[in-house]
Amino acid sequence: MSFRKIGLGLAAATMLAGMALPALAQDSVYVPLFTYRTGPFAGSGTPIADGMHDYLRMLNERDGGIGGVKLVLEECETGYDTKKGVECYESVKGKNPVIVNPWSTGITLPLIPRASVDKIPILSMAYGLSASARGDIFPWVFNPPATYWDGLSMIVKYIGEKEGGLEKLKGKKIGFLHLDAAFGKEPIPLLQELAKDIGFEVALYPVAAQDMQNQSSQWLSARRDRPDYMIMWGWGSMNGAAVKEAVRSGYPIDKFYSVWWPGEDDARSGGAGAKGFKMLNWHAVGTNFPAIQDIQKHVVDKGLSKAPKDKVGELLYNRGVYNSLLIAEGIATAQKLTGKKAVTGEDVRRGMENIKLDPARLKELGLEGFTDQLVLSCADHNGHRAAFMQEWDGTKWVKISNPIEPMTDRVKGQLEAAAKDYAEKNAGWPKRTEACDKAS
Amino acid sequence: MLYREAGQFKTNYVADSAIFPLRQDRIGLGLIIIAAYALAFMGSDFLLQAVLIPFLVFSLASIGLNILTGYTGLLSLGTGAFMGVGAYACYKLMTAFPEVNVIVWIFVSGFFSAAIGALFGLPSLRIKGFYLAVATLAAQFFLQWCFIRIPWLVNYNVSGALDAPLRTLFGTPIMGPNATPQTRYLVVLTIVILLTWLASNLVHGRIGRMWIAIRDMDLAAELMGIRPLQTKLLAFAVSSYYCGVAGALLVFLWYGGAEYDVFNINQSFFILFMVIIGGLGSLIGSFFGAALIFILPIVLGIVLPAMLSPFGISVGADVIEHLRFMIVGALIIFFLIVEPHGLARLWQIGKQKLLVWPFPY
Repeated sequence: MSFRKIGLGLAAATMLAGMALPALAQDSVYVPLFTYRTGPFAGSGTPIADGMHDYLRMLNERDGGIGGVKLVLEECETGYDTKKGVECYESVKGKNPVIVNPWSTGITLPLIPRASVDKIPILSMAYGLSASARGDIFPWVFNPPATYWDGLSMIVKYIGEKEGGLEKLKGKKIGFLHLDAAFGKEPIPLLQELAKDIGFEVALYPVAAQDMQNQSSQWLSARRDRPDYMIMWGWGSMNGAAVKEAVRSGYPIDKFYSVWWPGEDDARSGGAGAKGFKMLNWHAVGTNFPAIQDIQKHVVDKGLSKAPKDKVGELLYNRGVYNSLLIAEGIATAQKLTGKKAVTGEDVRRGMENIKLDPARLKELGLEGFTDQLVLSCADHNGHRAAFMQEWDGTKWVKISNPIEPMTDRVKGQLEAAAKDYAEKNAGWPKRTEACDKAS
Repeated sequence: MLYREAGQFKTNYVADSAIFPLRQDRIGLGLIIIAAYALAFMGSDFLLQAVLIPFLVFSLASIGLNILTGYTGLLSLGTGAFMGVGAYACYKLMTAFPEVNVIVWIFVSGFFSAAIGALFGLPSLRIKGFYLAVATLAAQFFLQWCFIRIPWLVNYNVSGALDAPLRTLFGTPIMGPNATPQTRYLVVLTIVILLTWLASNLVHGRIGRMWIAIRDMDLAAELMGIRPLQTKLLAFAVSSYYCGVAGALLVFLWYGGAEYDVFNINQSFFILFMVIIGGLGSLIGSFFGAALIFILPIVLGIVLPAMLSPFGISVGADVIEHLRFMIVGALIIFFLIVEPHGLARLWQIGKQKLLVWPFPY
């Protein structure tokens, strides 16, 4: 009885689903963009979505796509919700996407095991499962340009250099303000290992997801413990709230460091007191690059973008551009490798593995100096690239350091243990069968 | 005209107390079950994986909450957490004893959830209504805290995530990335039908009467000889059992991998809304509620762009998302105004009208 109505509904839904799949033109490459412009995280999701969309759209408008093949772009709204993200994945799966970028660790995790079955590569740019940097175990997942372990080691290295050498950190106290979830907790083992070896003390300040905007107790403890440095692993509204609380509780803001997720708006929320807040980043901000000016010319000025004009070139917008740069480069490399124009997911997986974004190529793309070079390979799906430190000067981000190399030896241990662990726990995790391309 | 009672005589008590006294209802139910199985072979992957599997999972969770809230009158906000207990228990069991078939563990994991549910149901003897909701809220937060903080639950996985290993039934993969949506749908469908049948027998029998008596007036029920503590705890246990199985299905047969955050307070509200919209104290209502809250937005997401594009209006994914929220929200309000007792009541009224159609005198 209950089922009768449902049956009808289902029949209708089936028909609709069938209708909704538009026939795609033969010579095109379908790139779905998972974005979140709604929901509690829309604040950071919107500029990223704009950046992602605008760069690829610019390629369509300026060059007619990549290698003469038009890109069919489609946004799917996830609202940062795993349920909707998985639904998005299912809805785009049938249209032969060449790559997916879930933009949420929660959505990435369910997709990782499916990637190899559905032959759709996943680009989880500096988020997701850190262990997926191991190409031999996760041939279909890419998380360039650096893992969270790389990030942490870079911050500790930078702090050490400021003190005059890593060994000078001995006896200091480093506070670690993190989101109390897998993402925030991931760097802790490495931090503790470093603490033991170097001899500094670690104070952990976990922030539960539901208390992201209310961190008074953490900062009260920080006031009591007086850590010499504070490192933040936050996301969403947690970043802005942390900067605000740091200013309010009188913590010396120039000793406050963050991983790469805060944006301009987060720093602004601290007001004038936020001057001196530092974070890691791996790409430039601003519009002073030919490619981004092309975006302004071909997309934004023509009204094809949803981004307000003054937001173009902001940190998270450019993060979206970087994400699309990787997608585009993956497709372009795949075209070069296979000689095909309309590449498939399998080709783009090969393309991603052979990405070689060196300064010359970046210049060619009109993004000279936008970011450090990135070379991926069969075994290394991450790159473990250096990032630099940037400081908030009250109105904008200012780059204050040269690229800081991660402590590769330390990170490697964590990475290998984690990847092995993942494959072991998932008994029957498929062995890599995809052939490696010769290093180009 | 086809749907009428005329000519169907009940000659014994068993026939009189049947759940579906009408032959047409029985035939209809049979047809729907056959159709549901047929869909496994006719439906597209999208339909199975993104629409039907989650719909069945949420229906099962709604039945669970309906037993507690609809039949026994105990408001709970811990559904998400109880689902989580089922999922984590299933993960631990199937990784610790991989040789036992996973279907067994899915059913067993519900018992862990039932035990936890009964534990957190203890305050229900003393408190009712909103106060009980707050007590179950404590369960929600406490259990979620456990999911994050106890790495043993995820076998010390660094990413803190649950993932579905490869598991087979009769040699066919039913879990893990290699399982096709068809097989997973068939497994979920069978489990949901079995458990729905069980729930139907429970709520229509002695135990269900006890729950309803407690809901309608616990003092009177007590005077009639129904022991409130046992009855309420049983309701909590059975309800949590259903939620636990639904949680295990959600993670391992639908998502294939998940973080603790799947079982947050929003999940609890999501299920509660399904129960309220569908109809408190109705099994059919649980399915209706899940359909309205879960399937309708998906259908809208597909229909809206198709409806707008002929007019030359192309809207972005975010606008569609906002429209979805607005339309579903408006429909919820509409249905609640038209029929405060939920969709199940509308269904019942419709059937009664149909029985006497076309001569309603």
